[in-house]
Amino acid sequence: MGKVFQCPDCGYQYDEDLGDEHEGYAPGTAFESLSDDFVCPDCSVRYKEDFEEVAS
Amino acid sequence: MKQYTLATNSGEITYTDRKRYLWLASLFYALFPFVGIGAHALSGNELWLALPLFIAYGMGPVLDWWLGEDENNPPEEIVPLLEEDPYYRTLTMLTVPLHFASLLGAAYWAGTQNLSWWGVLLLAVSAGIANGLGINTGHELGHKKTQLERNLAKIVLAVPAYGHFCIEHNRGHHRDVATPEDPASSRMGESIYKFARREIPGAFRRAWAVEDERLTRKGLSVWSWENEILQSYAVTFAVQISLIAAFGWIMLPFLAIHNFLAWWQLTSANYVEHYGLLRQKEASGRYERCQPHHSWNSNHKYTNLVLFHLERHSDHHAHPTRRYQSLRNFEDVPRLPNGYNGMFPLAYVPPLWFKVMDPRLLALPHIDGDITKVNVDPDEKERLYEKYAPAAGSDGGAENEAEELTNEAA
Repeated sequence: MGKVFQCPDCGYQYDEDLGDEHEGYAPGTAFESLSDDFVCPDCSVRYKEDFEEVAS
Repeated sequence: MKQYTLATNSGEITYTDRKRYLWLASLFYALFPFVGIGAHALSGNELWLALPLFIAYGMGPVLDWWLGEDENNPPEEIVPLLEEDPYYRTLTMLTVPLHFASLLGAAYWAGTQNLSWWGVLLLAVSAGIANGLGINTGHELGHKKTQLERNLAKIVLAVPAYGHFCIEHNRGHHRDVATPEDPASSRMGESIYKFARREIPGAFRRAWAVEDERLTRKGLSVWSWENEILQSYAVTFAVQISLIAAFGWIMLPFLAIHNFLAWWQLTSANYVEHYGLLRQKEASGRYERCQPHHSWNSNHKYTNLVLFHLERHSDHHAHPTRRYQSLRNFEDVPRLPNGYNGMFPLAYVPPLWFKVMDPRLLALPHIDGDITKVNVDPDEKERLYEKYAPAAGSDGGAENEAEELTNEAA
């Protein structure tokens, strides 16, 4: 089971099992492996290090 | 009028949005070129085609001054109910076809009425201003999470031929706002005419780079049909070619002026929204998060009602996905002296703009006369630092000007 990370501002969730097809992250892509420049795809005002792991 | 009610541990909270039906102004404002067309049809005098310009820049600032400001906020507990209410999003979605109607109506009138060159010009300018608001409609829709709203954003942005806006704005401007790197944040000492030459090409380049990066991750070429910029441009191409086919070559200057005027509305908004404001760099090398004091705001009633609350800009940057009906006023944020329709013409006369805005900028509490905390145009830096830097051991010019402004305001 992959982990799920959530944007603390807008609630966008990155589910490692699903990836994010629109953004070009294949299913199974670990959150850790995303670029350090990753910003929330929905609100763009929270950086990768701001994301919080939530129960999947 | 609809009342929202929420039971909480500390009792019942009720809220009525007094602006609920006034938001229809945002919907119908897209149609304002028809006011000029109607007046021309009735009177036969082409001068009436200038009526929409008078409404925008004559009546708009006066109404903002006369009706004043609205500082009311919905209670935070009620915001989820407001956000869920489909009424508000229905209005933004209904605005989309009205922008197409505005372009088609003005093009029809320009192409069929044998107008003088200045009649065509007035029509193109008023339709361009109305469809610059199409970028505002696309802005509200493009920040939302539903696919329907995101698709409608791409469609409405096709009217002013600005299909790269959502990518540029959401993924570029919101990330880089109030930094020297942002082509869509204006700098102190930079006139709007200089800003436009940096903003218009810079916005396109950034949008294209962001979309290229996304498509590359997907293993696609930037020229693929999945390129969302090209999708919107395709709609623009189809609409504008059809207008040329239908109404002839007069459409070439008409559409060029219409498109440019629409872009110019965005340039004007970008110019006034973050003038001179600067996020500080943290030890990590990242810029501090965008704070409420990194945007200029206006609570003026009239222009907020025709702009889907765009002027409550600090809350928008703090929470970009928040819907227009829930955007809040904050105390102690940078405030513009009038709504956008008054501030835009001021920006078009750079010496006046600098005279009004530079002291106001330096007087902001977080800047407090310290010009090193301002996003200054590098070409003007030496001059402005000399003009506003406080002399060692005494109250400097900037502080004096700041104090004067505070005294004037009091």
